[in-house]
Amino acid sequence: MTKTQKFISVLLLVALYAVIFVLEQTLAPSEMLFTVLKKGAIYALVAVSMNLLNGFTGLFSLGQAGFMLIGAYVYGIFTIPIDARASVYQYFDGGVIQFTVPLVVALIMAGTAAALIAALIGLPVLRLKSDYLAIATLGFAEIMRAILQWDKLGPVTNGSNLLRKFPTFNDFNIVTGGKTIYMSTLVPFIIVGVCIFVIVLVINSSYGRVFRAIRDDERAAEAMGVSLFAHKELSFVISSFFAGVGGALLAMYQMTVQASAFKAAMTYEILLIVVIGGLGSVTGSCIGSFLFIAASEWWLRGLDSGSFLGISAPMLFRAGFRKVVFAVIIMAIVLFYRKGLMGANEFSIQGIANFFKKLFTPRKRSAK
Amino acid sequence: MSGSVLNIKNLTMRFGGVTAVDNLPLEVRRGEIVALIGPNGAGKTTVFNCVTGVYEATDGSVSFLGKPIAKGTTPDKITKLGIARTFQNIRLFSTMTVFENVLVAKHMRMRQNIFSAAFRIRKEEQRVRDEALALLEEQGLLHLKDEAASNLPYGLQRHLEIARALATDPELILLDEPAAGMNPQETSELAEFIQQIRGKYKLTVLIIEHHMDLVMQISDRIYVLDFGKLIATGTPAEIQENQRVIDAYLGVADDA
Ligand SMILES: Nc1ncnc2c1ncn2[C@@H]1O[C@H](COP(=O)(O)OP(=O)(O)OP(=O)(O)O)[C@@H](O)[C@H]1O
Ligand SMILES: [Mg+2]
Repeated sequence: MTKTQKFISVLLLVALYAVIFVLEQTLAPSEMLFTVLKKGAIYALVAVSMNLLNGFTGLFSLGQAGFMLIGAYVYGIFTIPIDARASVYQYFDGGVIQFTVPLVVALIMAGTAAALIAALIGLPVLRLKSDYLAIATLGFAEIMRAILQWDKLGPVTNGSNLLRKFPTFNDFNIVTGGKTIYMSTLVPFIIVGVCIFVIVLVINSSYGRVFRAIRDDERAAEAMGVSLFAHKELSFVISSFFAGVGGALLAMYQMTVQASAFKAAMTYEILLIVVIGGLGSVTGSCIGSFLFIAASEWWLRGLDSGSFLGISAPMLFRAGFRKVVFAVIIMAIVLFYRKGLMGANEFSIQGIANFFKKLFTPRKRSAK
Repeated sequence: MSGSVLNIKNLTMRFGGVTAVDNLPLEVRRGEIVALIGPNGAGKTTVFNCVTGVYEATDGSVSFLGKPIAKGTTPDKITKLGIARTFQNIRLFSTMTVFENVLVAKHMRMRQNIFSAAFRIRKEEQRVRDEALALLEEQGLLHLKDEAASNLPYGLQRHLEIARALATDPELILLDEPAAGMNPQETSELAEFIQQIRGKYKLTVLIIEHHMDLVMQISDRIYVLDFGKLIATGTPAEIQENQRVIDAYLGVADDA
């Protein structure tokens, strides 16, 4: 990227954040748009973290929901205000943890907990054959879901009951003398932005290069002096760290946390986003996230509730039909855009310029 | 300055019932170009794989620069010791550029951790980039640096694979059939190239090759394998006279 391109990209990002800020002050907080933006941002972070592992390092893992679950719980457990604990942990005498940590610390703890557990899983699995990573992580996610609902751990995890009353996105809104400055979309966007920026720095570093080398050819990477285990483990740990942070953000968004909600289906959704966006494309994962969330939460809603695009057909458009249409769209994408929307490319100013140049350059006629 | 760089003793490698390498001794001294030849399936590549830690030898020992390499040493550690290799079937990082391919080889000698690398705290990235560019320049590959490795024509892919191996700063380089698929013109250029890099980078070379012109032209000594067993060793002149070698290999495979 040249200096100018970098400058324009930064400018565009700043503009994006400014637009979000303005929209928040002008539109009603209940607008569907904000749901899409908030959830889309969270999913974008988790999708990018999954892409680091699956797309850039070539390791197939299915543990994203499990690491998000850990992040969500660590965040919830350590941020519920002390005077709210008696009511949240009502079946466990207010729980055993009687302190709270600042929000940013809790986010880092959420990521660190997920990263530590990833390191432990990786130790046996990545040392020998990484082929088992998908099964190991999927199994781990299921086990985690059970453990966190286990009654014996109730004093810490609240058993199968909800965690709630911890700070949420709405707590970012600033109320000053009757007026509210809305920040509940902007702040998550900033957090996600910082996290994705760090992941991009990793990808662009010597380590990121080695991750891609491992993906392209393990044997050759090893012959270049690259320790396969150390680098796979590193990629897995970083990926899980940000999945953990993403889980914490999801907790803030949902306002309550319950282990039973972090099903394997959540991992598949994220995997889908990564594939739709393009394995090995960070911007692809981001764009894919917002499209996916907008489609599933907003644009296709009508398919489940009677009328869609002004067509009223309650017999056809009823609960479950949305999923059918969704599946068809996804199949179409996979069939016609085999490499996802972006392939392994990144969305860039140069890319757009080239696209339009191609569009407006008259095709050379082939001489007959 | 004629110390032993690679010293293999009684190397044996069995795959189930197949004995791919059988009790092989092999020594390469500093600055030599030594060739390992023999018919298809003789066990040549297996020797490379045992030396570089891809396989753990069933029996025998390998010493590098006078020190035995412990059993179970992984390939990356062996590369760090100073043994580089190329592969019989080219193994480049195909989605990465020529420049990136070389940079990967520099990674192991960078003084960094994930934080200093991500946030570019030290100047390591710049240092290895300069080194890699210098190497590409020396190799005449600089104009291709942003080309995807998989887009290079075959001969240049082979060249890049050797350049990438050189980027690991090796003492010893193992070349597995570098002339495979090359025409006589390219092959003779390669012969010159190998002698040239030996001098320039103070290398010791162990080469597997079927092109006998090349082998006879550049080798100081030759080892001949057949069915995993050493059947002859000596200078090119001695090998060309050896009746067993002619029967087992040269007689039939001269043009292979
Ligand atoms: N991983 C393996 N598992 C089982 N058998 C193997 C393995 N690797 C090599 N072999 C066997 O060992 C023998 C020697 O193979 P090797 O590849 O070393 O031969 P080569 O001399 O390099 O032949 P070529 O000239 O065809 O490259 C062959 O019979 C081969 O089938
Ligand atoms: Mg071979």
